Amino acid sequence: MPTASLADSAWTDAITKLGNSFGAVAIFLGILLVVFFAAGRATGRLTRPLAIGVFLGPAVLLLIVGLVAPLVRTVYLSFYNDDSTRFLGGKNYGWALTTDSIHQVLLNTLLWLVFAPLAATGLGLVLALLVERMRYQALYKSLIFMPMAVSLVGASIIWKFVYETRDSSQQQVGLLSQLAISLGWRHPPNWILSHPLNNFLLMAVMVWVQTGFAMVVLSAAIKAIPDEVTEAARLDGARGLKLFWFVTVPMIRTTLVVVLTTVMITTLKAFDIVRTMTGGNFGTQVLANEMYSQSFVQFNVGRGSALAVILFLAVLPLVAYNIVQLRKERETR
Amino acid sequence: MSTQPATVPSKAVGAAEATGSAAVRKSFSSPLGSVFVIAVTVLWTIPTFGLLATSLRPKQAVAASGWWEIFVHPQLILSNYHTVLFDGGFGVSAGMMPFLVNSLAISIPATIFPLVLAAMAAYALAWVRFRGSDTVFFIIFALQVVPLQMALIPLLQLFSGGAHLGGLTIIPAFDLHGTYVPVWLAHTMFALPLATFLLHNFISQLPRDLMEAAVVDGASHFKIFRSIVLPLCTPALASFAIFEFLWVWNDLLVALTFAGGTPEVAPMTVRLAQLSGSFGGRWEVLTAGAFLSLIVPLIVFFSLQRYFVRGLLAGSVKG
Repeated sequence: MPTASLADSAWTDAITKLGNSFGAVAIFLGILLVVFFAAGRATGRLTRPLAIGVFLGPAVLLLIVGLVAPLVRTVYLSFYNDDSTRFLGGKNYGWALTTDSIHQVLLNTLLWLVFAPLAATGLGLVLALLVERMRYQALYKSLIFMPMAVSLVGASIIWKFVYETRDSSQQQVGLLSQLAISLGWRHPPNWILSHPLNNFLLMAVMVWVQTGFAMVVLSAAIKAIPDEVTEAARLDGARGLKLFWFVTVPMIRTTLVVVLTTVMITTLKAFDIVRTMTGGNFGTQVLANEMYSQSFVQFNVGRGSALAVILFLAVLPLVAYNIVQLRKERETR
Repeated sequence: MSTQPATVPSKAVGAAEATGSAAVRKSFSSPLGSVFVIAVTVLWTIPTFGLLATSLRPKQAVAASGWWEIFVHPQLILSNYHTVLFDGGFGVSAGMMPFLVNSLAISIPATIFPLVLAAMAAYALAWVRFRGSDTVFFIIFALQVVPLQMALIPLLQLFSGGAHLGGLTIIPAFDLHGTYVPVWLAHTMFALPLATFLLHNFISQLPRDLMEAAVVDGASHFKIFRSIVLPLCTPALASFAIFEFLWVWNDLLVALTFAGGTPEVAPMTVRLAQLSGSFGGRWEVLTAGAFLSLIVPLIVFFSLQRYFVRGLLAGSVKG
């Protein structure tokens, strides 16, 4: 039977590959053990430098080769032409800031950067407040947090199926079209093709993924508000929305901003959703995917590098703010 | 629900916190709120359920009607999974199986390598202190701001052509094409700043007395690392391992850049992204493939939720 032999070779293939993979881990750990054993026997003045070299050397070397040097090289490449043979000065940046198609990309990216994080954080905050007093809250929290565990590719396919549209003569298989029809909209559009709506439909995937994250972090922050604060506010007559707006929100402001910036960073860097759902077509392209396309589809190393640098500059203040906040939090604890 | 007045003094801190949030909670209690939460939960779950339901329906049924029909005509099969794993049917001879294997073969070493190397680096920075160790730690810590995109092109050039300075070859070109090595290396490099930072936080908090006692007993740094640091760090190591494993399993960018799209090396995410772009029509197979890639993260998530959430919150600024 042909399928049986195919399955058979698939299993052989699997055993070989996993064998290689475990072999690599075994060799890695084996080398470390030997080095540890040998270096551990050293005595005298060499002991400390040797220990530092063995412990710190591999990580530092990999970081220099894998991050520091490439960082410098990408900046360098961004001033050169597509195959890095001719110096262009700032032309690649000029191209990125003046070309119409890239304007659309930057505009979309800005739209993502504003809408998706605000929606995810806002919804997460409301859910965090509401879910706390419900029975079975762990169940709701798990289910809302669950999308965070799956890949953005998987999430995109899930939602692509929701947005699937067929000719109106056929039965719809996509949930959104079916809903629209049952609500009385006879001929719903092909969602993925309708600009500018499609941008928001793609952002909905990011909101779907990130809301659970926002909810869990904010829920923990709300739980940490000291008793005296809310009690005093209640004695002063604060209730409901007032208590929320003037007590809860100011008390968790730092966490709120960290959540917002974290989702912003993820949003800026994510290219998976656009790549999987539209491939950047139909007016949905964003910076991270354009960077990938320029570098690895068009093979224009100069432009790709310039876009990477722009992305880096956009992310830099957000990440810097975030890690400073996280460090502060850790120090006060 | 506790109806005790929240003003009773001399209470444990934990209880005080609980009533503090209870006060907040009470102020927002309304049946409308509960309805809202339940509605969001349902809305959040339905798309995934639709994917699962579709993957279990026969081909003709999927083509003819929406997945919600299973409530009317429940007819569930598993053959889509066999098809997608072994038959392909997408114009390639092999199915999803090699890609599933690649995902595992990439993720396991790409979790272990950075974990071990970062633990070693963190130990050296915390306990074998030397002049400049604070500076080194700060630089590693600061490298977290570099997005992956900044390193992709040069790293790819390095893996294919080696590194040269003037006419001098610093790193020769290894023929790594068609192996997992570039993907493992790239993931290891990109994981190191966060891993070192997190493990340093943990390792530097180990009791000083314990470390000094071990030194007095004549233990070498290597002995201390193996027999004291690693065992005591298990919770931190587990959190990071779970985070990194899922990060690698779910990654598309690094895989697409360093593994290409062939069944020899590419993981499931790459294959699914290809299929989604080139072939949207056969939903019964695409949904089965997508659900296959979700099974591992979902199992990890539901069985190790606490570690997962902890690791994820700590790692939310990664790469």
